[in-house]
Amino acid sequence: MGILEGKKILITGVLTEASIAFSVAKLAQEQGAEVILSSFGRMLPITTKISERLPKTAPVIELDATSQDDLDALSGRIKQHFDSIDGIVHAIAFAPQTALGGNFLETPWSDVSTAVEVSAYSLKSITVAAKPVLNNPSSIVGLTFDATVSWPVYDWMGVAKAAFESTSRYLARYLGKDGIRVNLISAGPLRTTAAKGIPGFATMEELWTDRAPLGWDLTNTETAARGIIALLSDWFPATTGEMIHVDGGMHSTGA
Amino acid sequence: MALSQEEVLVGLAAIVTDETGIATEAIQLDKSFTDDLDIDSISMMTIVVNAEDKFDVKIPDEEVKNLLTVGDAVNYITKAQG
Ligand SMILES: NC(=O)c1ccc[n+]([C@@H]2O[C@H](COP(=O)([O-])OP(=O)(O)OC[C@H]3O[C@@H](n4cnc5c(N)ncnc54)[C@H](O)[C@@H]3O)[C@@H](O)[C@H]2O)c1
Repeated sequence: MGILEGKKILITGVLTEASIAFSVAKLAQEQGAEVILSSFGRMLPITTKISERLPKTAPVIELDATSQDDLDALSGRIKQHFDSIDGIVHAIAFAPQTALGGNFLETPWSDVSTAVEVSAYSLKSITVAAKPVLNNPSSIVGLTFDATVSWPVYDWMGVAKAAFESTSRYLARYLGKDGIRVNLISAGPLRTTAAKGIPGFATMEELWTDRAPLGWDLTNTETAARGIIALLSDWFPATTGEMIHVDGGMHSTGA
Repeated sequence: MALSQEEVLVGLAAIVTDETGIATEAIQLDKSFTDDLDIDSISMMTIVVNAEDKFDVKIPDEEVKNLLTVGDAVNYITKAQG
């Protein structure tokens, strides 16, 4: 029996087979969960095709994290498939090119605000929009790139991740009484579409492969996905507002 | 049964037309996806997943950036069919 047997999970952020969320969806199904995917705009047909490559094709619903209409419709769209859900995987991030790659001192607020809205505020907006269909207990899990320190080229995405990490702690505070846990996996660099959109991302890749005590595989998204599955399961029943590193131990090193 | 280059071109052109509305006749081997056909990265991703399904091949992400022209894609797919 799998550790997610009988659970129903909404998984955002599946774009390609390289997406971290694709690994999560695959493992979740293997562990007994039923899943719904969400995607948006021109990505929707791509996600729908990729869903067919899961062990079991999952329905795909429309959810642009910045669309109030989609957020208002979210609970209803989930209900077309499941009466209620036991968890949400937040795997959404975006920053305009001007906000990344060493341009930190020049980035205008309008671009910073896009990054923060899509990558941080969306954790709150999606969780609250889905609250009517979230069971007690349920588990929200997001993905971050450790924002307690600064990194080369990550720039305003790093600032957005700091806001994201803080948002997860506040959600944990406000939603604990409803049995909703909110936790993050802090992953090392992985070669996904989002990562490849960051100019100079290779610098980060080298840092990790050189320094992580356990080593680091830049193409294996299953390591981060396993952490997410564990947090979705009943095996972290008293953990919320937490950030767990799945980074080969990189965060623990000084040099 | 592996398809010939011409058959792959016809199949791929149909996918490109579906995604972009570009006339099938304009989709020739020497045309660049970005410079001549003006295809953006999201359309390119859509074309790649559809081509993978249609021709039963895998086109890894690292490979996609080397497929500059329609001809590059046709050659890659023809070889990858094995
Ligand atoms: N790849 C890495 O190195 C890495 C490391 C740590 C954390 N993360 C985080 O993992 C998560 C998943 O990213 P990934 O690396 O798998 O890349 P990805 O490109 O496969 O996924 C990013 C997803 O965000 C979605 N998205 C963007 N804007 C959206 C919007 N307005 N509404 C809804 N969805 C939107 C995209 O459709 C895509 O599915 C992100 O939060 C990312 O920051 C990635």
